[in-house]
Amino acid sequence: MNWHAVNAIYGFEMSRWGRTLLTSVLSPVLSTSLYFIVFGAAIGSRIAEVDGVTYGAFIVPGLLMLLLLTESISNASFGIYLPRFTGTIFETLSAPLSPIEIMLGFVGAAATKSIILGIIVLITSSLFVPMHVAHPAMMVTFLVLTSVTFSLFGFIIGIWADGFEKLQIIPLLIITPLTFLGGTFYSISMLPPLFQKISLINPVVYLISGFRWSFYDIADVSVWISLALTLALLAGCSALVWWIFKTGYRIKA
Amino acid sequence: MSSKQDRNRAGAIISIARLRKVYAPGFEALKGVDLDIKRGEIFALLGPNGAGKTTLINIICGIVNASSGKVTVDGFDHATDYRPVRAMIGLVPQELATDLFETVWATTTFSRGLFGKPPNPAHIEKVLRELSLWDKKDAKIRTLSGGMKRRVLIAKALSHEPKILFLDEPTAGVDVELRKDMWQIVRGLRDSGVTIILTTHYIEEAEEMADRIGVITKGELIVVEEKAELMRKMGKKQLILQLASKLDAVPPALAAHNLQLSADGLSLTFTFDTQAERTGITSLLTDLRTEGITFRDLSTKENSLEDIFVDLVRHAA
Repeated sequence: MNWHAVNAIYGFEMSRWGRTLLTSVLSPVLSTSLYFIVFGAAIGSRIAEVDGVTYGAFIVPGLLMLLLLTESISNASFGIYLPRFTGTIFETLSAPLSPIEIMLGFVGAAATKSIILGIIVLITSSLFVPMHVAHPAMMVTFLVLTSVTFSLFGFIIGIWADGFEKLQIIPLLIITPLTFLGGTFYSISMLPPLFQKISLINPVVYLISGFRWSFYDIADVSVWISLALTLALLAGCSALVWWIFKTGYRIKA
Repeated sequence: MSSKQDRNRAGAIISIARLRKVYAPGFEALKGVDLDIKRGEIFALLGPNGAGKTTLINIICGIVNASSGKVTVDGFDHATDYRPVRAMIGLVPQELATDLFETVWATTTFSRGLFGKPPNPAHIEKVLRELSLWDKKDAKIRTLSGGMKRRVLIAKALSHEPKILFLDEPTAGVDVELRKDMWQIVRGLRDSGVTIILTTHYIEEAEEMADRIGVITKGELIVVEEKAELMRKMGKKQLILQLASKLDAVPPALAAHNLQLSADGLSLTFTFDTQAERTGITSLLTDLRTEGITFRDLSTKENSLEDIFVDLVRHAA
């Protein structure tokens, strides 16, 4: 293993994040806090408890999931798209690096950022709403697996995109709607039966359900199905990344 | 083992065999290139735009996949043993691709790590000082001039102490003074044992620097020769005679000499091969006297590498 290189890429990506702390850390923390203020403290007090959990606390796992998905994708996609755009990717390609080392650097850094943000928002939310974590080990497992999986997914988008607009399309037009419709603000059992069935097509339902189970022991689907789906997504993204390096898709002529 | 392989092991640090590259729409950028680069030499690769110079370099460095063929670097296959191969190569690309928001020091240190070397601030300092970048070490790259950015790219390539350095158009867009500085740096590197392969548009640069020269056009290497030998072989000289009185035409008695009369009829040009056993100068002068043609002055002119290059490329086209 070329650990010096992994360290170089990881350090480079983390320092890029460090230079833009205001937008990269403060802005997601602020926007998530706004949700807690509005839905937790202001409106939440007028909404009935869901499965025995106050509404403000109920939405915490879903909002965290929204944060993890969008931040992982945007950090990882930007991290690899930028060197492609400026041309500095030549150096990574000409270095004695295996695909695994490149991934550890880029995806490792993106996932680390998401995990740190997740922890910050978790602490912030505990200031607004009464919450507890029923299964801490599973909570950490979901936090880490989701961050890694969607950082891999972001890496794929960063390789696929051939313009800045395409970088934004998937997080904005697909991930955000899927998360809002995936039970961030409600339990899918509150929906009419038909929409409950339709919701089960949405993979984010499983991610949020599993994550919420680790907090409050309540779930829309079995936690093991949630875990299996997360692992399947991880395997799928890993396979796609393997194929990208194997074929040189959009990185090597 | 064949005698060729023996020779390669002793002399060649890079061996390229039947290297082909066909880009997706079917454009054949390299048409089976064979080339050996000798250890410790400065090799200049000349060719017009789109000849395949950058493709050749990018394949060796791992940026472009070859369609077929084999590249061996210091005994290692560049595709299967890519780690040792890439670790010993430094590349200065043609484009000024830099991390604009990084400092000179950070980007150079990053490159060293990327190539698997442990941190060595003393080496980075040495490289930056040699490239006159030391006082800019804390400057963000975006604040630097084009020439300085080029130096940063060279510093990055040298940060991991490569044995082979590729310079793809190193002095494109660089002023004359800086270009001379770079030549000095490149010579210094060669003296320290680094093998250097450079591509250039400035034939003057190849003439000044290279030990050997390869000319590539339309994906084919049309000549590879020691610079001195190439200039000796391909070099022609011209003898120009300024006539005392105007001639309307070359007299028939002088036809055998293939003389060219200038438009104003006041000078005759005789082209001869310096390598020929008989240059024909003596007989020309004798014939001129017989014809009663007198001249006021005479001068000779040698072909430059540029003339040779233009000749070669035109001939190949």
